[in-house]
Amino acid sequence: MIFQPLGLAFLSIFLFLFTAAITPLLKGRPHALVKVSFSLAALSSFIALLGGFLAVNNGASDAMVLPIGLPDLPFYLRLDPLSGFFVTVIALLGLFVSVYSIGYVKGFIGQRSIAPLVVFYCLFMAGMLMVLLSDDAYSFMVSWELMAASSYFLVVFEDEHASNRRAAFIYLLIAHVGAVLILLSFGVMAGFASGVEVFSGYTFSAMRSSAITPAWASIAFLLAFFGFAAKAGVIPLHVWLPEAHPAAPSNVSALMSGVMLKTAIYGIIRVSFDLLHVSAWWWGGLVLVLGLVSAVMGILFALMQVDLKRLLAYSSVENIGIILVCLGLSMIFASFNMGVLSALALVAGLYHVLNHAMFKGLLFMGAGAVLHATHERNMERMGGLIHRMKWTAPLFLVGCLSISALPPFNGFISEWLIFQTFLLSPLLPSPILNLLIPLGAAVLALTAALAARCFVKVYGVVFLGHWRGGHQHSGAHAHDAGLSMRIGMLAAALSCLALGVLPSFVISWLDIIPQTLVGGTIGQSAHAFGWLWLTPVAAERASYSAPIVFLGISVVIAVVYIIFHARKTSIRRVPIWDCGFEKLTSRMQYNSTSFAMPLRRIFGFLFGIKETSRAVGSQTVSPMFRDRYIYHLKMRDRFWYGLYKPISDASFWFARRVGRLQHGRIQIDLLYSFLTLIVLLVFS
Amino acid sequence: MINAYPLFIEGVQVIIVLLGAPLMVGWVRALKCWFQGRASAGLFQPYRDLSKLLIKDVVLAENASWIFRFAPYAVFGSTLMAGAIIPIISVDLPLAATADIIALVALFTIARVFTALAGMDIGTAFGGMGSSREMMVASLAEPAMLMSVFTVSLVSHSTSLSHMAHTIIEGSLMLRPSLAFALLAFILIAIAETGRIPVDNPATHLELTMIHEAMVLEYSGRHLALIEWAGMMKLLLFTALGISLFFPWGIAGADKAAMMPVALASLVIKVALAGLFIVLIETRLAKMRIFRVTEFLGSAFLLATLGMLSYFILE
Repeated sequence: MIFQPLGLAFLSIFLFLFTAAITPLLKGRPHALVKVSFSLAALSSFIALLGGFLAVNNGASDAMVLPIGLPDLPFYLRLDPLSGFFVTVIALLGLFVSVYSIGYVKGFIGQRSIAPLVVFYCLFMAGMLMVLLSDDAYSFMVSWELMAASSYFLVVFEDEHASNRRAAFIYLLIAHVGAVLILLSFGVMAGFASGVEVFSGYTFSAMRSSAITPAWASIAFLLAFFGFAAKAGVIPLHVWLPEAHPAAPSNVSALMSGVMLKTAIYGIIRVSFDLLHVSAWWWGGLVLVLGLVSAVMGILFALMQVDLKRLLAYSSVENIGIILVCLGLSMIFASFNMGVLSALALVAGLYHVLNHAMFKGLLFMGAGAVLHATHERNMERMGGLIHRMKWTAPLFLVGCLSISALPPFNGFISEWLIFQTFLLSPLLPSPILNLLIPLGAAVLALTAALAARCFVKVYGVVFLGHWRGGHQHSGAHAHDAGLSMRIGMLAAALSCLALGVLPSFVISWLDIIPQTLVGGTIGQSAHAFGWLWLTPVAAERASYSAPIVFLGISVVIAVVYIIFHARKTSIRRVPIWDCGFEKLTSRMQYNSTSFAMPLRRIFGFLFGIKETSRAVGSQTVSPMFRDRYIYHLKMRDRFWYGLYKPISDASFWFARRVGRLQHGRIQIDLLYSFLTLIVLLVFS
Repeated sequence: MINAYPLFIEGVQVIIVLLGAPLMVGWVRALKCWFQGRASAGLFQPYRDLSKLLIKDVVLAENASWIFRFAPYAVFGSTLMAGAIIPIISVDLPLAATADIIALVALFTIARVFTALAGMDIGTAFGGMGSSREMMVASLAEPAMLMSVFTVSLVSHSTSLSHMAHTIIEGSLMLRPSLAFALLAFILIAIAETGRIPVDNPATHLELTMIHEAMVLEYSGRHLALIEWAGMMKLLLFTALGISLFFPWGIAGADKAAMMPVALASLVIKVALAGLFIVLIETRLAKMRIFRVTEFLGSAFLLATLGMLSYFILE
C-alpha cells in the first residue's frame, strides 16, 4: 500500500507535517534547524515526486477515505493521472527549492527567527499536495485554505516593511474572494448531485455523475473559473500577485510563482473538464480571451518594471495567460467533440505548466542569489554581476533563454505546440471562430517577442555591463551563491534543457491525461517516427526534432570554434573605446528604464504614465549645459485605479455609514438584537 | 547502405549558404554603386573583407565577459543551422524536417538575442541603444512574420517548409489574393529583419540611425568576421525563405538529380533579381525615423491579417 502512488503522496504530506511539528524542538539551534528541516522537505518532495510520476505512468487512479474531520464528512482522497501530473510538477520544483533553501535561508540567521519560515514552508507544501489529492469539496476547501493561510504568513515573513504587510493583506483578501466563489460553485454542483442537505453530494465522484442542467453548469463554471482566476492572477484579478510574490523570501517566491499558481490551473481543469464536462464553446472562448489579455498585458507590465522580483511576478501573469490560452482552445475543441485537437491543446498547456514551474523557479532562485549577494532588488542599481557570480550568471541565462521560448530549451516546445494548435483551428466547424482564433496566434507571437525583449533587458541590465552602484560596497564584494543554492539552480536549469531536448518522452508520459479528460490522445501520432521527432498531428503537417537542432547548433559552434582557434591569434584587452571623451561613467549605460523606453512610447496608452524631467543648476546657463537633470517616471496599473480603488473606496464608505449604527452602548446593541428577533418572528 | 544523394544535396546547400552569402552582398553593393553612379569595389569585396578580418587579432574591451566572446559563435551556429533547413535547391533535404517555419523563426531569434546581449555586455551607451532598438523592431516584426507565414500555411495545410514549397509547385498556377497580401507583408518584414533601408542602414555608423551596427560596434577580428558573415547569410536566407514560400518553381523535387542544374540556375536568377529589388528600394527611399518603424511594421501586420481574412472569405 505504502508504495502505491497515493501511499507515497500521503507519506510525503505526513513527512512535511512532521517536519513542521519538530521545528520548535530545534528552535535554539538555527543552523541545525535549516539543515534538518530543508533536507527533510527535500526528501518528502522526492517521495511525492515518485508518487506523482508513478500515478501518471500507471494511468490508474487510487482512492482512499480518511476518517477525519466532521462526523459524516470524511476526507476523500484520490490520485488520478491529472492530479499525479500536478503532484509531479509541485514535487519536482519543491525538491529543487528545498535544496536551494538550505543555503538561502541561512542568510536570515541572526536577522530574525527562521522557525516561522520553516513551519509555514512545510505547511504550504503539504497544503498544495493536499489540494491535489482531495476528492471532495470539503477537504478541497480545507486544503485550499491551509495553502492560502500558510502562504500569507510566508509573504508577511519580513514584516518590518509596511509594504509587505499591505501586500499580504491584499493577497489574503483576494484569495478569500476567490475561495468564496469556488465554494459557491461547489455548492451549485453538489446541489444538483444530491440536493443541498445530503453530504454525499460533496464528493467529486457524485458531482461528476450528476445531471446538471446546462444553464447551471455554466453558472458553476463561471463561479469556479473566476474563483480560481483570482488565485492564478489572471488579469484583471492580478493586482495582488506583483505585490505578494516579491514580498516573500525568494525561495517562497519561486514556489508561489512556479507551482502555487498551478494549483489554480489544476482547479480550472478539474472543474471544467472533469466535473462539468465542458458543454458550451463560449467557456473556452472566455478562457482564451482572458488568457490572451493576461499574456500580453502581463509581459508589457513586466517590461516596465525596475524591481527584479516584481518583473518576474508580472511575467508569471503572462505565463498563466499562455496556459489559459491552451485550456481555452482545448475547451473549444472539446465542445465540438474534436478529441485529438483538444488533446493537443491540453498537452501544450500541461507542458507549459511544467516548463513554467522549472524556468520561473530557476529565475526566482537566481533573483534570490542576486538579492543575497547585492542586497538590492532595483535593477537600476545593478550591473556587471557576470564577473562576480560565475555560477549564477550562466544558470540565470538558461532561465532567460527558456522563458523567451528559444530552442533548444523547454519554453520553445510548449510555444511550438500552441502555435500548431492555433494553426489547426480552421478545422472548427464555425466560420466566426475560424476568423478570430488565428488573431490570437498573432497576439501570442507578440507576447513571445516581448518576453524575449523583457529577458534580454533583465539579463543585460543585471548581469552585463558595469556595476551601476547601488550599495557601492556590495557591488565590489558581491559573492556567488553557496553550494546548495548552486545545486538547486543547476538542477532546475538541467531540467529546462532536458525538457527542451527530449519532448517526446514527456509527451508520451502525460498522454494518458487528455485520454481520460477529453477522450483523445496525440501519443500515437506524436512519436510515430521515434523519439527523435515530434510530429503532433502528422509528419507532413509539422515536425520538429529538438535533439537534432540542439546537436546541429552545438556541432557548428564547436567546429567553428576549433577552426578559428587552431591558428594562434592573440586577444588584446584594452580599455573601452570612449570616443575620445575621457569621462565614461557607469551611469551612461542603458538601464532598465531606458531599455524599455521605445515600448513605453508604443504601448504607453495602456498605462497611466507620468514623465517629467527638469534641469537643475544655474539659470544663466543654457538648459543644455546644466549640472544635473532630474528625471521622474511614474507608472500606474490602471486596473488598480480603475477597478479596485472604486470598490475599496465604496466599501469603506459603506462601512462608515454602517458604523453609525454602532454607539458602543450595550443597551442600544441589545435593542438591535431585540428588533432583529421581532422582524424574524414576523416574517418566518 | 544509406542513400548518399540527400546527404550530398545537404552538403551542397550548406556550401552554397556559406559561400553564396558574401557573393549576394557583393552583388547588392556593386549594383547599388552602379545605380548611384559610384565606382564599386567589385563583386568579391565581401570575401576580401571577411578573410582580412579572420586574420586580424582580436581586440577586446577590458570588461568583456564570456557572453561577448560566445555570442559570435552562437549567432553563426544558429544562422547556419537555419541555412541547412530552408529548402534552397531541393525540397528533399534530410534536415528539412528537423524544424518547421516556426522553429526557423526561433533560430533567427537565438541569433538576435545573443547579439543584443553582447551589445549590452561592454556597457557603452551605443551597445545598449542598439540592443533596445533591435529588440523593439523584432518584437513588432515577429507577430507580423508569423501572421504572414500562417497565411501561407493555411493554403498548404502545413508548417513544414519543404511541404509548403511542394504544395505550391504542385498546385495550379492561380493567383491567390491571400498569398499576394502575405508576400507584401513578408517583404516589409524581411527588410526590417535583415536591417536594410528604410528600417536600418547597414552602411551607417551614425549614432542616430544605427540599430544593428550599434550592437556590434565593439567587435573586432574573427568575432566581427563571424557576425558579419552571419549577417550576410541572414540576407541570403530571408531571400531564400521568400523564394521557397512564394516562388518555389525551380526548386528540385525529391530524388531528381537531373533537376539540379535547373535548380541552381533558377536560384542564381531569383537571388540576383531579389538583389536588384533591394537596391531599387534602397536607392529610392531614405531611412525612416526609428519611431516610424512602428507604422511600417504595423502595416505589415495589417497586410498579413488581410491575407488571412481573404483566405477565409475568398478561397
